Amino acid sequence: METPAPLLRFDGVICRFGEVTAVGTEVGGVSCDIAAGSFVALVGASGSGKSTLLKTVNTLVHPSEGRVLFGGEDVSTLKPARLRRRVGYVFQGIGLFPHFSVAENIAIGPRLAGEKLPPERIAELLALVELDPAFAKRMPDELSGGQRQRVGVARALAGGPELLIMDEPFGALDPVTRDALGRKVRELHERLRLTTVMVTHDMAEALLLADRVLVMDRGALVADESPRALLAGAGGTVAQRLASVPREQAERLAAMEREG
Amino acid sequence: MNDIWDLLPGLADKLAAHVVLSASAIGLAMLIALPMAVWAGRSPLVSRLALSLASLVQTIPALALLALFFPLLLSLRAVFGEGLPTLGFLPALMALTLYALLPILRNAVTAQANLDEGVLEAADGVGMTKWQKLVLVEAPLSAPFIMAGIRTASVWTIGAATLATTIGQPSLGDPIFAGLQTQNWALVLAGCFASAGLALAADNLLWIIEVGLARRSHRMTWGGIAVVALGILAALWAQGGGPEERRIIIASKSFSEQYILAQLIGARLEAAGYEVDYRDGLGSAVVHSAVASSSIDISVDYTGTVWTNYLKRSDNPGREAMYTTIRDWEARTSGVKVLGRLGFENAYAFAMRADRAKALGVTSLADLTGKAGELTVGGDPEFFERPEWIAVRNAYGLRFGKSRNFAPTFMYNALQSGEADVISAYTSDGRIAADKLVVLADPEGALPSYDAMLMLSPRIAGDKGVIAALQPLIGAISVEAMREANLAVDREDAQKRTPRQAAEELAKKAGL
Repeated sequence: METPAPLLRFDGVICRFGEVTAVGTEVGGVSCDIAAGSFVALVGASGSGKSTLLKTVNTLVHPSEGRVLFGGEDVSTLKPARLRRRVGYVFQGIGLFPHFSVAENIAIGPRLAGEKLPPERIAELLALVELDPAFAKRMPDELSGGQRQRVGVARALAGGPELLIMDEPFGALDPVTRDALGRKVRELHERLRLTTVMVTHDMAEALLLADRVLVMDRGALVADESPRALLAGAGGTVAQRLASVPREQAERLAAMEREG
Repeated sequence: MNDIWDLLPGLADKLAAHVVLSASAIGLAMLIALPMAVWAGRSPLVSRLALSLASLVQTIPALALLALFFPLLLSLRAVFGEGLPTLGFLPALMALTLYALLPILRNAVTAQANLDEGVLEAADGVGMTKWQKLVLVEAPLSAPFIMAGIRTASVWTIGAATLATTIGQPSLGDPIFAGLQTQNWALVLAGCFASAGLALAADNLLWIIEVGLARRSHRMTWGGIAVVALGILAALWAQGGGPEERRIIIASKSFSEQYILAQLIGARLEAAGYEVDYRDGLGSAVVHSAVASSSIDISVDYTGTVWTNYLKRSDNPGREAMYTTIRDWEARTSGVKVLGRLGFENAYAFAMRADRAKALGVTSLADLTGKAGELTVGGDPEFFERPEWIAVRNAYGLRFGKSRNFAPTFMYNALQSGEADVISAYTSDGRIAADKLVVLADPEGALPSYDAMLMLSPRIAGDKGVIAALQPLIGAISVEAMREANLAVDREDAQKRTPRQAAEELAKKAGL
């Protein structure tokens, strides 16, 4: 069987900020292909370079060396505004514009491209993230944290992106909301046939949502495994240290249940 | 109180000038500060530089800042030509604009720095260009804070604009300064009420705009802007079609005698068919250069002042020689025509209360030599810096226990209340006689003469009509007549006169 051309390719990416190298090592940069339709989790401790690598995709960060190819094109040659319409971006800070209504927030990407989203489309996008159409007229400060991030996801989907990149998208949410929204995003990924890359430091979240887990450590990609393989002990020491936490927690919870 | 209400309608043209000046200064400051704040938001170095510069400006007293623009613009004439105005609107605008920069700049920079990081990242994430980010996100979110800065700037500027009077720009400071000098408290209060009222009105209107911006209420925002715009337009309209033909501008320094003489000169020129304008209450240092540069046309200056300040002489060749030297020097160097001497002297003289002088046994400056250590000397704000004071001090070896500055009108009150034992009085001052003061003799001749001279700017130096109208004033005013006129303006009782009335009486007395 012929493998399809990757939607996203990191090709020897190194990012330096002054003396600090956030992505890449002395040996070389980060290289990796991400196939269309896959849900990839990028996991690592704080400072491992996972967020920086993600931001090279929509050019919020420019690599010092190497390049990022999106659909075969170097992202640095694409107009940022057009690129960012094709790449939905969800991040921990959410960043809803406080002076825009929910509808205006959702419609901002298309508006910048000169397109006006009709109210039906806004309602449709709100429905995708399970919010009532009445929310369209509300202001961001009238919403709960979970509702805001749902609007954030709807905004990222408004332009009909091919790729969804998420940087700790559920980091600031309570566990119940976090779990519900995670499942929702996975469902949307299937339904809209998206390609998704999610940065998280929570290995449990990565194992449960993604079909491929990349592990980063001090700027380097140290593991590239399926969740099943990671649980079975593959991926090396750094990956196993991260994977052991949810596994042991699950075992302890199971033991408590047996004893109880 | 009723006087004040009667005076207020007469201040309409000053109010209009005040509004136009303040609004122009704030508008210009916004045009400078807002782009600078955007730049500062992108460069910490620019931010630090701009804010320290604006803070530095704030440390200069407003009065000094206004006065500093006169020599600055005068020197810029070398570049921009003789047409560059050195007094009036332009320097006032520049100084007040500098003053208004800091609050606007600081609030705009702070507002930008405090914008939510997440919102800025989202702006990039959805694909905004730098310009779109500024217009759609940064500007609307900073607007309420920037508006608060503009409010602060407006209140400061409206207050400081009263000082524009000292550099010849009409404003609500005119009644305040004129009233202070002639002890016309109703006039002072009327000016203060008007400017305070204006500041309060501006503050409240801008507050409405600020709240409108914060609550995103278009009705409040645009309603507020519309009322502000209407007010400025009304003021512009009231100011009329701007300057048509240039009138003859008569200057006065900030004391009663100068106000009276300006009115006397103005009345004669009007009678001869000229249109005149007054620039009252100018700083003493500004007047001489302003006449020399034809920024104003007529002033009354004193031989001793010109001798020490502009010829930089410290010798005393006698009254006549001093006058002819000055007359020739002015004609040769500045082109100012000294038309002649009015006939009286307004010299510095040291005065004491009669009872105090008697108790101490003092009749001349020489008698003070050993006693000065226990005494307090009072002088006008510039006196202790003047060469006359240094000359007297050295000639008689005077070391006073304390020296204090008073505004000229308050010096006499200080003498009466005992806050000063000796003051630097003026010989033409009516209160010397009225208060029965003793003028101390000057046996060493340390104080130079101060003949009042009529000075014409180069612009009108050859105007035969002006010269014909003013020639009769030469030698016509005795020191007694001048004292009486000064007293009429300075006194507090029912016989108090305005400078204009006093000028009419003085003209009658002088047989003009």
